[in-house]
Amino acid sequence: MPALDLGGNGKKSDLPVLTAKDFASEQEVRWCPGCGDYSILKQVQSVLPELGVPRENIVFVSGIGCSSRFPYYMETFGIHGIHGRATAIATGLKASRPDLDVWIVGGDGDLLSIGGNHTLHILRRNLNVNILLFNNEIYGLTKGQYSPTSPVGFVAKSTPYGAIDHPINPLAFALGADGTFIARTMDRDVKHMREILKRAHKHKGASFVEIYQNCVIFNDGAFEAFTEKDVKAENDLFLEHGKPLVFGKNNDKGIKLFGLKPMVVDLTLSDVSKDDLWIHDERDRTKASILTRFFDEPGSEHYMPRPFGVFYAEERFCYEDAMLDQINLAKEKGEGDLDALLRGKETWVVD
Amino acid sequence: MSEVHSRPIRVETKQDVTILFAGDSGDGMQLTGTQFSETAAILGNDLNTFPNYPAEIRAPAGTLPGVSGFQVQFGSKEIFTPGDKIDVLVAMNAAALKANLKLLKEGKIIIANVDGFDEKNLQLAGCKTNPLEDGSLAKYHVYPIEIGKLTRSALEGTGLSTKEIDRSKNMFVLGLLFWLYTRPLDHTINNIREKFKKKPEIAEANIKALQAGYSYGEATEIFTTRYEVKKAKLPAGTYRHIMGNQATAYALIAASKKSGLPLFLGSYPITPASDILHELSKHKNFGVRTFQAEDEIAAMCAAIGAAYGGSLAATSTSGPGMDLKEEAIGLAVSLELPVVIIDVQRGGPSTGLPTKTEQSDLLMAMFGRHGESPVPIIAANSPAGCFDATFEACRLAIEFMTPVICLTDGYIANGSEPWKFPTAKDLPDITVKFAAPRNAGDPKYLPYKRNDKGAREWAIPGTKGLEHRIGGLEKQHETGAVSYDAENHALMTKLRAEKIEKIADAIPLQTIDNGSEKGKLLVLGWGSTYGTIKTVVRDLRLEGYDVSHAHLTYLNPFPKNLGELIYNFDKILIPELNSGQLARLIRDKFLAPVIQFNKVQGMPFMESELKEKIIAILTEKEK
Repeated sequence: MPALDLGGNGKKSDLPVLTAKDFASEQEVRWCPGCGDYSILKQVQSVLPELGVPRENIVFVSGIGCSSRFPYYMETFGIHGIHGRATAIATGLKASRPDLDVWIVGGDGDLLSIGGNHTLHILRRNLNVNILLFNNEIYGLTKGQYSPTSPVGFVAKSTPYGAIDHPINPLAFALGADGTFIARTMDRDVKHMREILKRAHKHKGASFVEIYQNCVIFNDGAFEAFTEKDVKAENDLFLEHGKPLVFGKNNDKGIKLFGLKPMVVDLTLSDVSKDDLWIHDERDRTKASILTRFFDEPGSEHYMPRPFGVFYAEERFCYEDAMLDQINLAKEKGEGDLDALLRGKETWVVD
Repeated sequence: MSEVHSRPIRVETKQDVTILFAGDSGDGMQLTGTQFSETAAILGNDLNTFPNYPAEIRAPAGTLPGVSGFQVQFGSKEIFTPGDKIDVLVAMNAAALKANLKLLKEGKIIIANVDGFDEKNLQLAGCKTNPLEDGSLAKYHVYPIEIGKLTRSALEGTGLSTKEIDRSKNMFVLGLLFWLYTRPLDHTINNIREKFKKKPEIAEANIKALQAGYSYGEATEIFTTRYEVKKAKLPAGTYRHIMGNQATAYALIAASKKSGLPLFLGSYPITPASDILHELSKHKNFGVRTFQAEDEIAAMCAAIGAAYGGSLAATSTSGPGMDLKEEAIGLAVSLELPVVIIDVQRGGPSTGLPTKTEQSDLLMAMFGRHGESPVPIIAANSPAGCFDATFEACRLAIEFMTPVICLTDGYIANGSEPWKFPTAKDLPDITVKFAAPRNAGDPKYLPYKRNDKGAREWAIPGTKGLEHRIGGLEKQHETGAVSYDAENHALMTKLRAEKIEKIADAIPLQTIDNGSEKGKLLVLGWGSTYGTIKTVVRDLRLEGYDVSHAHLTYLNPFPKNLGELIYNFDKILIPELNSGQLARLIRDKFLAPVIQFNKVQGMPFMESELKEKIIAILTEKEK
């Protein structure tokens, strides 16, 4: 695996040295005490100084929801938009200003329900932006309705008899939309989150990062099977490019592929070696697709551990670059002349 | 082409002529009409056109719903409408005749394609007998011509299939009409060569058919008269032919040039607005970015994103798209960013009449968003007028940092006329001043601090020291910080409204277009009814009636003197292609007792119906 280049694309040497504090705005943060959003805000603020992008070139764009208040807390440029449309606003911004560093922040309702369509299209167009999906499997700001990622049977204010909607699998959706960078992390693992944020930023194209985020008020503990120390090792699978898929308290379990079928194998048994395991390859779309399907609830039969890390990364041209290329190509053949345009091909004179 | 006639032919001079080319939607009538009109324009006639076509791409052939028409009025006098009643009806089949016969003046010409009146076509059109033979057309000059057969024989031996040959029959008709109205073929020949650059055999076949039609006129015994329409006496200058949507697109490019801002258009295809997107996407050499969005909402939101980044941002749509954009327009009101929203109105509600015209989005433009959300509104009054209205919308958007709605409609968007086009030099500059960078120690940047116009500064990302956040939540005066304070909300609501009201200081006063400043009756119009009202008022004044015409371009805010102006008249008549939307606004604002004249048929006013209404009012037949 190539070493990570943590420098951004800015000219680092000319920049004043900034710290996380420089990225915190004066606005008082108003999330509920204990909300997972605090951790994400802190990690983003601490990662940005390392990216080497001038602060004035950074724009955070959001929609509506608890997480969409994010831009207010960042000492960068920011737009708090309307519900579901952050990706559409960001598309216009990035397409017209490729020089800017654009981050999109939204929740599961914002990006996958009301804004699902725009999320699909920004991913396939592959604008060079970073999309942070704060998934808490609940509608928080409207005070506790089930969300498109809530599990079947989920009891909430609008589902007293349990939700009957089959939930969205966000990463399978993003991969299905031909997203070029797909990753998952969690609010409780700050080191991992920082690493994923840096990788997402470094990727040229639309980076889609799902962050498991705990809503302490309406859906507390939704992800505790993946975030709590005592169970996490058995339930989580941390992906590293070029490394075998190993998990378990003592790294004693692995994933082996039998054709296209993944199976958990016990590494303590003498007939299984790490060399036989599935080696993670971020560039393998088929394998990434299988990984996104590791989506069962812990404890279910044939449970496969929930993967965290970069599932998939692919280089593909960015929309804004192609747009600019077409403009430059057209200009090479001759810059537009307004008089010639207004005059058109045929004119006549009235005396 | 020889102009020496082999037989005695009279050439009669006409002041104005209205022709309707009608056929199946696959018969190429739009192309035929356009070519005829362009040639008329180049010959110096004034003209106005009206394409009228079904919403279906290929409605069932031969049926009444499948009829597509292109009407053009051209003349040696000033022409403001495509004409009420027609002088020549070109009917490619029985359905085209049946659908349009009521428009034909008595004693005038029908050129009928006999091949389109066979048993099958008659049945599809619901004709029990053949009108070409049953004597029902005795009031007209009917020229039954085997257009299909003649085209086939003209193109025999070209190697083209019968199907391909049949597609050229519209060119035969065009050639014949060119002969009848003594027009040259060269403009159309050049256009055909250009259009079929990659298919020279098709180009040559079309040219051959065109020439065959012309020669047929010359050779056949049935025509004894040709007509001539002299140059119109238009204001001196250089002219070109232009369509409304094209003019709208050009205005956006011109405003981009004159403001020095790159142009961004976010748009989703919708009839009848798509041609704006098509036209702009051709002009990348002006740095134009066109974004065909996934939906209307994304188109508007992307425009907001581009405006935030410092582009001249626009979106183009029609009624159903406006419904979808309104929430985002409200966001632009709150963000106070300049975005030009072009609404090419069509018949509603819902999908309504996609290809038919209406002026029914005015109240929506005015009041269509939740909350108190004022937006300036401008309306275009003719195909060429789309240029002026759109350019002005750009100027106001930038100067006042606000979304602006520019209303055109299907009638003028697809219609065309000669245009005394401006030069780049003639157009005013649009001054843009972005907020300047700041250094450490400078006072804190205040994103919602306003200038004397009430506009905030345009602070674009990438500017050092201007990092700030804006959003749809209510903001504190000047600082822009989120605020739920009661007094502050009242203040911000007032400031947003006042800003739009102040636009009245930046627009021209309302003038009387035609007639005296005081009198018995003022006809007050807006938008695309201009041509009809202009023509009718002109004619009535010549007949001695005391009637004046004023036409509104600025619908919100109104020009400052409008109240004063309308009270100089005993009565005010407001003709609109809706159920009385401007009438409501005028009553509301000025408490003026206005008389409504409304039409919601998806069609523009007829001169005759408006004339009748005005005479009825002036002769007190109607109070």
